[in-house]
Amino acid sequence: MLYVLQQTLNALQLGSIYALIALGYTLVYSILRMINFAHGDIFMVGGFVCFAAATYLQLPFAVTLLLAMGCTAILGAGLERLAYRPLRDAPRVSAVITALGCGIFLEHFVLWLSPYPQHVPALLQNQTWSLGGLSVSSIQTAIVAIAVALMLVLDFIVQRTMLGLAMRGISMDMKAVALMGVPVDLVISSTFAFGAALGGAAGVLYSLAYPVVDPYMGVLMGWKAFIAAVLGGIGHIRGAVLGGFLLGAVEILVTAFLPSTYRDLTVFTLLLMLLIVRPHGILGRPTLQKV
Amino acid sequence: MNAAEPMLSIQGLTVSYDGIAAVKGISFDALPGEIVAIVGANGAGKTSTLRAISGLTPWGGSIVYQGESLRGVAVHQIVERGIAHVPEGRAIFGDFTVMENLRLASWVCRSRPVLWQAMERVFTLFPRLKDRREQSAGTLSGGEQQMLALSRALLASPKLLLLDEPSMGLAPLVVRDIFRVLVEINRAGTTILLIEQNAYQGLRIANRAHVLETGSIVLSGRGSELMQDQRVKDAYLGG
Repeated sequence: MLYVLQQTLNALQLGSIYALIALGYTLVYSILRMINFAHGDIFMVGGFVCFAAATYLQLPFAVTLLLAMGCTAILGAGLERLAYRPLRDAPRVSAVITALGCGIFLEHFVLWLSPYPQHVPALLQNQTWSLGGLSVSSIQTAIVAIAVALMLVLDFIVQRTMLGLAMRGISMDMKAVALMGVPVDLVISSTFAFGAALGGAAGVLYSLAYPVVDPYMGVLMGWKAFIAAVLGGIGHIRGAVLGGFLLGAVEILVTAFLPSTYRDLTVFTLLLMLLIVRPHGILGRPTLQKV
Repeated sequence: MNAAEPMLSIQGLTVSYDGIAAVKGISFDALPGEIVAIVGANGAGKTSTLRAISGLTPWGGSIVYQGESLRGVAVHQIVERGIAHVPEGRAIFGDFTVMENLRLASWVCRSRPVLWQAMERVFTLFPRLKDRREQSAGTLSGGEQQMLALSRALLASPKLLLLDEPSMGLAPLVVRDIFRVLVEINRAGTTILLIEQNAYQGLRIANRAHVLETGSIVLSGRGSELMQDQRVKDAYLGG
């Protein structure tokens, strides 16, 4: 029982990081019907900003987190402006290929700055509390708490503000939103910025738990978070959160009972199986093609 | 502005899609306070004309609104300048409630008093929308959806209202109601540019009207004159 609880905590920690990244995929998909495959690398940049801020500037953790989120937000909005906006009316596949290219560019740009994996200094003092045999670390608690807080902020923006209303409107009919006098480009830039900031925050939280950053760390994490978004139902915000936590749980479950080398095989198999049964994900619903 | 100066002046307007010309150099204008109707069959270029004015599609020629060219002006800035467009098929947000549709349309309202005044006006014109404000807009009847689409446009407090087939898919009685409201909106000071396949309704309320055929204006005149014109009667009013 204790073992199960302990593993549940681990699953929550991993799941909250997947969920944060998955939100970035889903936000962009919901408004532009495009998969931003550079998003995993935005997560990586978040990790490196965290490394740089902690190593060279020795900033306190909260400032480091905000700085990483700010930098990745600008990066996300910048990618949209420079790379994706000119392709807004092009076939979706062109934008997707461009996104893959942007991701490779980011990886190699960072590789040029920092050819070796870097060790991130301890950002928070780690304390471990023992609760009746269950050991809970302060880092674990911080990761889950920060991730959940950010998700609540995003949910508030999307559900309760004019900007969120415009974002949801664009996911239904972009031209109609423009005819309401809404500066659609600004709303799209903000959406990219929010998604990227969450990815950047995930990079910081990841560096808290696994304090080594390298330029390719975003590749597998990005794919997995994308899987989480698809599992939950891509374009569906709560689906991304659900998918993230589910994926974290499955990974922890697999490594608890099987050799850890089976982990990724199992995860990707699960995705394929689920997509056969529910092609639109758990919370997604089939969209009718408009004629 | 001089009253005789047109609010909207269009010269040699062209619109093409993939090299195929949909609008072939048409010219017309709308004076402040007028209702101008453009009637024509499906595919005559009516919708393209409105889409050009709102900046939804690239165009050639010149579109001058209140003395300024609209070339290069973004869609949302055109709305801010006072042109509201009720698009083809109404384009309401079906997953939103009536109130959410209206809230999104209130983006251009500069202040809360202006918004309240505009909301008040909309609910006075269409009391039924007030009763259904928490209802999902996709479940409204066609007539109610048209009322909602008009309401959204009115929240921008437009000086010029562009209407793309307000009668489309509506029962004759509902069409009559909608057109009664259009005349009311016009009397309150909004210039209207209306395109219609339902030529009878369009010509009935129009001060001036144009007949568009395959991208060109083939006939222009006062609405009442065109209703009496034998060619219009034969082609659009069912003989």
